Amino acid sequence: MTSAFLPDKRSGPAVGLPPAAERADRGRSRRRARDWLTAVGFQLPALVLFIALVLLPMLFALYAALFRWGGFGMPSDYVGGDNFTRLFQDDVFLGDLWRCLVLVALSLALQLPFALGMAVLLNQRLRGRAVYRMLFFAPYVLSEAITGVLFGMVFAPDDGLADHVLGAVGLDGLGGEWFADPSSVMATLFLVMTWKYFGFHMMLYLAGLQSLPAELTEAALIDGANAWQRFRNVTLPLLAPTLRISVFLSVIGSIQLFDLVWVITQGGPDHHSETMAVTMFQFGFRRYQAGYASAVSVVMFGICLVFALAYQRFVLRRDLEGATTTMRGNGK
Amino acid sequence: MGDPALSRRGFLAASVAGLGATALSGCGGGSDGGSSSGTTTIEWWNISTTEPTRTVWAGLARKFEAQNPKVKIKIVQLENDAYKSKMTALTASGKLPDIFHTWGGGVLKQQVDAGLVEDLTDGTGSWADGLLPVAKEPYLLDGKAYGIPFDIGMIGFWYNRTLFGKAGIGAPPTTWSGFLEAVTRLKSSGVTPLALAGKEKWPGMYYWAYLAMRTAGVGALRKAADSKDFTGAGFVDAGRHLKELVTLQPFQKGFLGAAYSTPTGQAATVGNGRAAMELMGQWAPVVEADAGKGLGANLGFFPFPEVEGGEGKLTEVFGGGGGHALRSGAPQAAVDFLKFFATETTDRELVRKTGVLPVVPAAESVLTDPNLKAVQTQLKAATGFQLYLDQAYAPAVGQEVNDSVAALIAGSKSPEQVAQSITGAAEEAQ
Repeated sequence: MTSAFLPDKRSGPAVGLPPAAERADRGRSRRRARDWLTAVGFQLPALVLFIALVLLPMLFALYAALFRWGGFGMPSDYVGGDNFTRLFQDDVFLGDLWRCLVLVALSLALQLPFALGMAVLLNQRLRGRAVYRMLFFAPYVLSEAITGVLFGMVFAPDDGLADHVLGAVGLDGLGGEWFADPSSVMATLFLVMTWKYFGFHMMLYLAGLQSLPAELTEAALIDGANAWQRFRNVTLPLLAPTLRISVFLSVIGSIQLFDLVWVITQGGPDHHSETMAVTMFQFGFRRYQAGYASAVSVVMFGICLVFALAYQRFVLRRDLEGATTTMRGNGK
Repeated sequence: MGDPALSRRGFLAASVAGLGATALSGCGGGSDGGSSSGTTTIEWWNISTTEPTRTVWAGLARKFEAQNPKVKIKIVQLENDAYKSKMTALTASGKLPDIFHTWGGGVLKQQVDAGLVEDLTDGTGSWADGLLPVAKEPYLLDGKAYGIPFDIGMIGFWYNRTLFGKAGIGAPPTTWSGFLEAVTRLKSSGVTPLALAGKEKWPGMYYWAYLAMRTAGVGALRKAADSKDFTGAGFVDAGRHLKELVTLQPFQKGFLGAAYSTPTGQAATVGNGRAAMELMGQWAPVVEADAGKGLGANLGFFPFPEVEGGEGKLTEVFGGGGGHALRSGAPQAAVDFLKFFATETTDRELVRKTGVLPVVPAAESVLTDPNLKAVQTQLKAATGFQLYLDQAYAPAVGQEVNDSVAALIAGSKSPEQVAQSITGAAEEAQ
């Protein structure tokens, strides 16, 4: 986690030292041992909690995924990779993967640019911009369950607010079955997700925008750059670290999407809005096939892990340089 | 930056492992009906956590204690889902409470097979013979009684008399073709024939289950579960008949996304007079009035129609209720309590105050609600019984039935595929 307590490398190997130095060295190693103990003592509570509540359950899920297991007692019916074979032959799970991709693509192509646009807009001198910022951020504060119930009512066919509003402005034809129609459920879901999460990304961008030095934009202005050029060549590159974090959070969020879907559609109609987490819940807590559900969770974990590592390695590297402690450059 | 991903994943994994922990903790907590200084303490586990039942049941326990000074009853109440998981853990640990709630069917059979449940056939026969036969069905395994009912109910069609009249339907249909005819008539009179909660899946399963009972016969669903084979002609036919109905587009707009008891759900749609029928249990009138306006005297009940040429009969019912079973070796006082709980006096109080249907035939005189009376009449005349599939089958199979039938209704699975999917789940579940 951190190398602050790693043994001090400055002390070289003690070869042929005079007695006094040897004594001093012994004293140092005693101190070093005490440092270690202190370090371990401080870390122990956190470490125990981390191992008991995070690491062990993760390893256990990995283990349970190899069994046909009902979720009670210890798993005993070993089936090897069968759960995974079954998983990748299951149309619902393959559909989950596809829907996950769709959500990620839509988020990156529509939701984040929209959030960026709003952030740039609300970064201007605008009457009442604090109010707008608060309003747009408010949905993010709302719990997913409440959002789900709310939009379940808004998009109720015929009776819901959405259909009433469309009817009032003479657009009845646009009103549909929203969440109840397999062909429109994902689009409606994405609409709600955007409503819920764009404010969060907008806030991130706003924070980023406000930390940009005004001199650079001014300099560009003096050089005769127009608004688009200033945005494209000055603001955007400087905002890149924020954008990269925002993309990361958005992708991980899409992969793990559960609560909104569960409350609004439970993955329906006919699995057309099901996500990996919903599938896992269905098998783990409805069908009591915890082994299979563990396999789903392992695959989800794998996807998140691979994505997180790859993203850090290739995309976030520049942002993270120096921010985390690495062994590189140590001892010099 | 990998941390958010790790901890979220870890949390989900932890919840899976949490199940294991529940199982382990369950091993420690056995119930010890110990007797000290001549008093016997009986533990009574039930799921009556809501009022007024909670108070009424506690009062009955005190009354029994007053009549039997040497017996103490310790009531343990758990909410439905918590009870189910706790009982699974206790079953694994090998010791059950003295008296415990049961729905009968597959779960009770598991407990019986593990040797944990007292055979009540001889000990209760003298007085249990008088109880409503259909109410005792869920607890009968291989001809032996393992539980005593306190409630029973069934699924049937609840219909709007006014809308039926408007469509010119004189009497409720008794055959499937008559039913389809009625649906067509309702549609052409501008009424939505049926309300269905497509999001929740279990209400749709009722159609398939009843159709399977009517085509393949009442024993077929149980036999198919035992032989893990749902591909018989009767089951495929059940799917075909359901498809006939779905083809008529009888359900309300947006039914695939509708819930059951919400203000825009199935019950409210019927309760507000916006659909003519729903296939639902004896609790339907209450939920219709709760989620919607309710139909009052305008609401009628008729049993699921017969399918022409099928094995099943109009008088065979699909339903379930609640009962009590005893752990094997439970003290005699526990049997006495079951007897006390099934007396006419107790049952009258239960029917009057807690809204259950009577299991003691003589207690039905306190039943005043015409709808419940109609259900009671059906139950009394029942010649066959099938327990709710989610109680009769292993959870994985029950869920697959719900899921496949929902797919059939949504148009993405054929009747043959439904039969195959359920068979697949049954084979996998063991």
